Amino acid sequence: MGLSDTIKQGLRQWTLAMGGDDLDDRLREGRTANEYGVDPFGFSLEYALSAVGPFLWLYQNYFRVQTYGLDHVPQGRVLLVANHGGQLPVDGAMIGVAMLTEAKPPRIIRSMVEKWVGSLPYVSTFFSRIGQIVGTPENCRRLLEKDEAILVFPEGLKGISKLYSQRYQLQDFGLGFMRLALETKTPIVPVGVVGSEEQAPALLNLKRVGKLFGMPALPVTPYGLPLPLPTKYRIYFGEPLTFTGRADDEDAELEKKVKVVKAAIQSLLEKGLAERKGVFF
Amino acid sequence: MVVTGISGNLGRVVAKLLHRTERVAGIDRRPFIGKPKDVEHFQIDLRKKKTEDVFRKLPVKAIVHMGIMHDPRMSAEDHHNFNVLGTTRVLECAAKYGVKKLVVLSSANVYGPSPDNSNFLSEEAPLMAASRFPSVRDLIEVDMLAHGFFWRQPSVETVVLRPVHIVGPTIKNAPSNYLRLKRPMTLMGFDPMVQLIHMQDVGAALAAALRPGLKGVYNLTGPGEVPLSTCFKELGARPIPVPHPIARGLLKSMFKYRLASYPPEELDHIQFLCMVDGARWRHETGWTPGTSMRDTIRGVLSDLA
Repeated sequence: MGLSDTIKQGLRQWTLAMGGDDLDDRLREGRTANEYGVDPFGFSLEYALSAVGPFLWLYQNYFRVQTYGLDHVPQGRVLLVANHGGQLPVDGAMIGVAMLTEAKPPRIIRSMVEKWVGSLPYVSTFFSRIGQIVGTPENCRRLLEKDEAILVFPEGLKGISKLYSQRYQLQDFGLGFMRLALETKTPIVPVGVVGSEEQAPALLNLKRVGKLFGMPALPVTPYGLPLPLPTKYRIYFGEPLTFTGRADDEDAELEKKVKVVKAAIQSLLEKGLAERKGVFF
Repeated sequence: MVVTGISGNLGRVVAKLLHRTERVAGIDRRPFIGKPKDVEHFQIDLRKKKTEDVFRKLPVKAIVHMGIMHDPRMSAEDHHNFNVLGTTRVLECAAKYGVKKLVVLSSANVYGPSPDNSNFLSEEAPLMAASRFPSVRDLIEVDMLAHGFFWRQPSVETVVLRPVHIVGPTIKNAPSNYLRLKRPMTLMGFDPMVQLIHMQDVGAALAAALRPGLKGVYNLTGPGEVPLSTCFKELGARPIPVPHPIARGLLKSMFKYRLASYPPEELDHIQFLCMVDGARWRHETGWTPGTSMRDTIRGVLSDLA
């Protein structure tokens, strides 16, 4: 076949060399795919194993990710709720790779991506094949009912485009994830990512200029582009939290519960920041 | 039983499925080629008063309404006129002549493809197709008319079916024609998941909808979901990827000069998601499609029929 198939095959071998030869078999277990190897949401294990190669390399060699408390993530449906930062969603990718290669058994996580991603060429297809979907409550509910693991960044855009001076200061959390957790009785695992928020120190955000190009943010770093520096990543998984109550309760009631999650992430972050000796090692 | 639009490709499938067990009468202004002997055909324009004669003459228990036009080449006015007035006439007759069952063939396209769509739309999702493609609003109106009738006339068991893209060797709708191309244009970097259903399965589902007691609005899905590129791979076609801003302009002028049979708005279907959740129908009827994914895709080619 063509060049792209050769590249895909090569990348796949690379992933298996780094992640373990039986990675694909372990992942295939318990997943549904049709005769063409895709699931109803467009996830393709074949494609994902090829795509994950470069990220796995970054995980092991560039960001040198260290995970703590991975065994806190329960089997079955779960919402991973994490802090967001660093201009590019490397934090999401690293949590994904951690769950894929270090969790036992390995798990494919889904994250809810911004709606405008659906209108981007290549990016939309890439995200769909590796299991990431447009973040509508309907999609999230459907996946949780299928006992999937879902990663959410309740800080959203405000989180990822934080300036360097705001690093590790959690922005306002959306309430959507809590409603879905209550509705589908899903445990929440707070996740603190240390290292991501220094990877691309943004000095200012030229939102208006970004808008001209159809981008929701335009961060400027001392070296111009928001490319990530090789900071050392530490990912802390906290104990699962379960909440009870009405999913359609008033915002004020839900905010109380969201605060509990936010506090849990904050304490994971503080622990991580206190423990580390430097940003790059 | 009355079948409107019986002379169409799908209409003929339905006629052949039903005529052995039911007395079938067809209404269509086009001639019915290859009509089974025991099917009575009335070559009438649905909009005309004469349609009522059929109901006066025959004891009609059920109507399958699929006399809905989808031809983008017809003027928007004709299109709208035929679909909305034809449907209104059918609904009038159903109410007036004590028809027990009405099955209306709508389409999952009424939801409309969009980058912010959920992957699977339920029957409660708003019908947004006209927001990006205004000339399909008559199809939405037909769906709404039937939906309104469901509430206004509880004595008639109304079923509105919204099938995903119907494909088949003799089907000449936009998705089937597109999948038959050897060098189809695709949009560079976009490969949305699509849902197809074989025409035989749609026929079988329409027949299943006649079951007494069943009523409501249902999405109808086929054997599953695949990326658009997979369909072409299966069919041995070699797509030509074109950047989408260029493709839109190109198709616009090609359509204008009659070099293409689709208006540029149809490109949304090969760029964004418009998939539905068919669980309600399957759950309430126990119906499953008889054609596999592979056979459904291959079904667009006539030599495999």
